[in-house]
Amino acid sequence: MALPTILDRGTAERVRRDLKGSRDLSGTLFRTVLQLGLLLTVVILAVLLGQVLSLGWGTVSGRLGDFLTAESRSRAAEAGVFQGLRGTLWIAIIVTIVAFPLGIAAAVYLEEYAPKTRLTNFIELNIRNLAGVPSVVYGILAYTIFVTVLEPVTGGKTALSGALAVAVLVLPVVIITSAEAIRAVPSSLREAGFGVGATRWEVTRSHVLPYAAPGILTGTLLSLGRALGEAAPLILVGAIPGSVGYSGGLLNPAQLHEQFTAMPIVIASWSTNAREGFDRATAAAIIVLLVVVLMANATAIIMRNRFEKKR
Amino acid sequence: MTDITIVDHPALTIGDLRGSRKRLARERRVKLFLMGAAMTSVLISVLIVVSLVTEAGRFLSSADLGSLWTSGWFPREGFFDIKTLVVATLMVTGIAIVVAFPIGFASAVYLAEYASARSRRIIKPVLETLAGIPSVVLGFFALTWISPNVVQRLNPDAPLSNLFAAGLGVAILTIPLVASVSEDAMSSVPNALREASAGLGARRMTTSLRIVVPAAVSGLVAAAILAISRAIGETMVVLIAGGADQAQFTASPFQPSLTMTAAMASLAGGSDAVVGQGNAYQSLFFVGFLLFLITLGLNVAATRIVRRVRQKY
Repeated sequence: MALPTILDRGTAERVRRDLKGSRDLSGTLFRTVLQLGLLLTVVILAVLLGQVLSLGWGTVSGRLGDFLTAESRSRAAEAGVFQGLRGTLWIAIIVTIVAFPLGIAAAVYLEEYAPKTRLTNFIELNIRNLAGVPSVVYGILAYTIFVTVLEPVTGGKTALSGALAVAVLVLPVVIITSAEAIRAVPSSLREAGFGVGATRWEVTRSHVLPYAAPGILTGTLLSLGRALGEAAPLILVGAIPGSVGYSGGLLNPAQLHEQFTAMPIVIASWSTNAREGFDRATAAAIIVLLVVVLMANATAIIMRNRFEKKR
Repeated sequence: MTDITIVDHPALTIGDLRGSRKRLARERRVKLFLMGAAMTSVLISVLIVVSLVTEAGRFLSSADLGSLWTSGWFPREGFFDIKTLVVATLMVTGIAIVVAFPIGFASAVYLAEYASARSRRIIKPVLETLAGIPSVVLGFFALTWISPNVVQRLNPDAPLSNLFAAGLGVAILTIPLVASVSEDAMSSVPNALREASAGLGARRMTTSLRIVVPAAVSGLVAAAILAISRAIGETMVVLIAGGADQAQFTASPFQPSLTMTAAMASLAGGSDAVVGQGNAYQSLFFVGFLLFLITLGLNVAATRIVRRVRQKY
């Protein structure tokens, strides 16, 4: 059977045009606007990094060793970030010891144990709200509890109080991300465990947690990045913007009960320091902090991508 | 053939199936510990509220209520003008969302509806990197780059530290939040809806704006509210770029001033001078309490909206 042919040349032309659609001007414009929005985001990031690198590169390339080991001084050319790094290291340690186990345990309870009751609902809602509380408010909590009430334990305005403040701050985020990772574990895995007579904890420990581990680790690394960049709660707890008298050594436990400072505090106080050369010193300190924070974030992102691909 | 001997075996009881006492005891201990961990979050909330309420109450009972409505925020002299802080907070938040919403939403629509898998793999890490940059860094950037290159071009009379630069800095912080939450919302709209729309001959733009955005609207509203709450709660950018420890009341964003959060941080950061001097330090708790109520209200509203408007696919 022969296909019907349209003899009239004008009709054929019109049909072809109708099927093709008119040129979509507003659609193209819309797409371009969206792309511009995205481009702007990328440009902002590039300008930000460019500004920090161009100001700070001289210090970082010229006297990195000195910059990392010197203490805070009033002359920018001699100032270093050793005490800030030390405080930030303590914060990382305390957050890892306190917030991660506690957060993961809470997530395990909520996902594996908790009955579907009002109380459980309330706890979950409460955690979500805690995640939205501004960081200064956590500073107030830490000031009241760790600095004032628990002074015999923490010693007041000390590195321990500051680190605990940040640990409490990231706890809800750790719980939420860990709970998401645990929820993604297929239930057939649990049922297999129960089927051979394992108790709930045995199933959790030997099946659920290993399977959820990459997801949990990704979440905890992202929270660690956030914890190391926080300054507001530390200010409320009484971090020292200048030089602090410390016991010697990089990680001497006595330092936990002494005055402290941290990288974000150093950056905040230097950036408003009008003295000659402090803009460059601040930028250099930012490079140091960004290397630490972005390394934690990049590890998390790479790990997540790798595991998403596998499953 | 061997003889079969029949051994007298006691009947299997329910106790045999229950497992050993030792295992059960461990199970109970573990459960108790995990439950304790989950309850910590409730304890934290209670402690936040208690510490805010007691000290804020102490402040209100000791302070002269007239000092809450004066010409400026000078806590060390006993002038606690709340409107100075609230107006500054509104200006910073307003500037932040006016800039961050269009950019964030545009990025989200492009990522969810237009971008190929490959370009998404490149762009998402950029957004995540931006999200991971600490706020002190944005504060420094706002003060040393945004202020001279953007704000002082708009208004040559503006001093280096001003609320406008702080607002733009906060905007940069909230862009990734707006983008990622709204992209999640749009990505979870099922493809069948897009295909149906395309099948009827709709352009991609029509599909995006008339099908996907309405279907994802609860998530988009939640993204907006979360961003506002984040902007109100941001401290360090304003503390660094806003440039004031105390301020006369101003309604101009081109002046240095301080938001509620920055007021709290600068009061606490001024350490030695403040503690033990009248009720200046207590005012910190009062402002903190207000801030807590505002952000809590916003977050609860966001959760409600998501729950009410969410369509089940």
